[in-house]
Amino acid sequence: MTTTPRAVRRASPRARRRPANPADPARPLLPDAEPVSLLDPTGTPLPARTDYPEPAVDLLRELYRRMVVGRRFDTQATALTKQGRLAVYPSSRGQEACQVGAMLAVRDTDWVFPTYRESMALVSRGLDPIEVLTLLRGDWHCGYDPAARRTAPQCTPLATQCVHAAGLAYGEAHQGRDTVALAFIGDGATSEGDFHEGINFAAVFKAPVVYFVQNNRYAISVPLSRQTAAPSLAYKGVGYGVPSEQVDGNDPVAVLAVLTRAVEHARAGNGPFLVEAHTYRMEPHTNADDATRYRDGAEVDAWRDRDPIVRLEKYLRDRGELDDEAVAAVAAEAEAYAADVRERMNAQPTVDPLSLFDHVYAQPTPQLIEQREQICAELAAAEQEGDA
Amino acid sequence: MATTMAKALNAALADAMAADERVLVFGEDVGQLGGVFRITDGLQARFGDKRCFDTPLAEAGIVGFAVGLAMSGLRPVVEMQFDAFAYPAFEQIASHVAKLRNRTRGALSVPIVIRVPYAGGIGGVEHHCDSSEAYYAHTPGLKVVTPATVDDAYSLLREAIDDPDPVVFMEPKKLYFASAEADLSTRTEPFGRAVVRRPGRDATLIAYGPSVPVALEAAEAAREEGWDLEVVDVRTIVPFDDETVTASVRRTGRCVVIQEAQGFAGVGAEIAARVQERCFHALHAPVLRVSGLDIPYPAPMLEHTHLPGVDRVLDAVARLQWDDQPDARWLPATEAAA
Ligand SMILES: Cc1ncc(C[n+]2csc(CCOP(=O)(O)OP(=O)(O)O)c2C)c(N)n1
Ligand SMILES: [Mg+2]
Repeated sequence: MTTTPRAVRRASPRARRRPANPADPARPLLPDAEPVSLLDPTGTPLPARTDYPEPAVDLLRELYRRMVVGRRFDTQATALTKQGRLAVYPSSRGQEACQVGAMLAVRDTDWVFPTYRESMALVSRGLDPIEVLTLLRGDWHCGYDPAARRTAPQCTPLATQCVHAAGLAYGEAHQGRDTVALAFIGDGATSEGDFHEGINFAAVFKAPVVYFVQNNRYAISVPLSRQTAAPSLAYKGVGYGVPSEQVDGNDPVAVLAVLTRAVEHARAGNGPFLVEAHTYRMEPHTNADDATRYRDGAEVDAWRDRDPIVRLEKYLRDRGELDDEAVAAVAAEAEAYAADVRERMNAQPTVDPLSLFDHVYAQPTPQLIEQREQICAELAAAEQEGDA
Repeated sequence: MATTMAKALNAALADAMAADERVLVFGEDVGQLGGVFRITDGLQARFGDKRCFDTPLAEAGIVGFAVGLAMSGLRPVVEMQFDAFAYPAFEQIASHVAKLRNRTRGALSVPIVIRVPYAGGIGGVEHHCDSSEAYYAHTPGLKVVTPATVDDAYSLLREAIDDPDPVVFMEPKKLYFASAEADLSTRTEPFGRAVVRRPGRDATLIAYGPSVPVALEAAEAAREEGWDLEVVDVRTIVPFDDETVTASVRRTGRCVVIQEAQGFAGVGAEIAARVQERCFHALHAPVLRVSGLDIPYPAPMLEHTHLPGVDRVLDAVARLQWDDQPDARWLPATEAAA
């Protein structure tokens, strides 16, 4: 089995004459044939690039901190499934550079459109972890206030959020606001029609959206080769007139640099931008999945050597920006964070059957009022029986 | 003033856009062309192409885009070009439009209107004549309304645009160009109110959208047979007005539900069940349904066989056990023969 991200052939000199990008003549429409990478897997810096300047070191330290906390949160959430505290949990272990990098690239006023995979990204954005886990605990479908947090509900119907992001971004621009929408999507979901409709709408209406594909190489069990014959998912932008880039999704510095530029591109009024990050999900699809049925341990081991946290830690240590003390402090913070999640998730959530009728419509229909009364009576009867 | 439903709908859109700059109208061919049925005629010229515009040809895209616009505080009104061409948008409608408010405990609402020209009787070829209302009515979170009169077309569409919830606005194509006296500046009844279009004592015909004129015509024809029929226009399928419907059937004791859509698991089935549950002791006969056949919508030269017309309605009325004899069609074979 191949273990490295898909190597895309270097473009021949002829192929380098790429179609011009009408939105931004300074950059071509086709992505670079190679994923952008600023650190090699050992954390050694690669030659600097003028198009992707390295983010400020303070930001990189923050990136490191959030990735460590994010991973600890993720491990804790997986543990909570074993204790029956969560109905299900889709881990993003291994994808920390993408999950956290994306959240550092956007402003608090920007909108984020997550999938079910983005729990880590959302806690990294500062959302309450318990509210992030509400969907997966099963006490309601969305635990946070999307309007207040400018974060759409975690989206399960694949790719449908891509169109919402286009509409939201266009609507914000229409009302004179400079909001950017960042939509997450997985590699498998790029085969869904709504990915294409979303990116096409965003392009036609010049909506400021960043489509961020985390290509973790599998859609549950189905490998990327069954999703596309394209040389890279980033190439899907060109057909819609949308510029794109590939990035090494386990290189936190590169992910942040590429997404920062993509967000700037969108905010400057150039329309959408597509980023494909080559990464890998280290855990099964969810805790309920058995990944040994479709991939072998050697493949997973090879990706362990590309760990994004190890890579950034090494780089920052080499630069003298991180020492044992700082690393220990971050680890302690992550432990405390996980302990808090554990403790708060141990409390049994209260659910109110009568709340089922509250938000179907702004005002319940007469039929819902009738059904509510029926449930009221059932509850009262059950209570009386319990008392007796 | 004599006008048509198409013009009334156009006026409703124009008035809503003038009243609230958050209202945006978009879809396929709705801009310069004014829509294939001309419902959006002149809106782009009057309000500009930022308020009324054409989109790429992609129905899921149109509805999903509207969801995002609504999240940003706007009030989108989208046109699906024809009933059957709204199907690509069904995932967006069922999984997002209908659920977002509930999913977010009211933090997000989706005040969008999805206009769907629907139903047949216009000689349309395949995929242009579906009665798709049951799909939407079966989906909690959506309101589903369908006007049968010119006045209602204006009023219900204004109401739909003002409504805080998503509304699937079903426009009976065959009624678009029938003209009637109408005063477009007034509002009729609010959502959730059915209306007695014709009072009568002997039996209630319940209909909506394209079937209302059929019911009225049947009631007129029934006079010659000595039946005085009441006609109730449902107007808003969701929310459904049990009160008006029940009151009528309790008065008359007999009921026929009419719909153009195929009958099985349709809106008419729901209405018949509700009437039966609520009016059992007032009923002198089983509630009957008159509907389209359980077939894919037929080719134009066969649609008259499919569509429930006046005769089929009168046949049903005749079977309402006026002589207190059970309907032989439903008896076991042995008893029926005896
Ligand atoms: C429309 C739709 N079809 C199928 C599913 C079931 N499903 C959930 S996740 C998933 C795989 C998605 O893979 P990918 O897009 O690569 O994202 P990843 O899970 O790897 O993050 C599938 C098939 C779904 N949620 N929505
Ligand atoms: Mg995947």
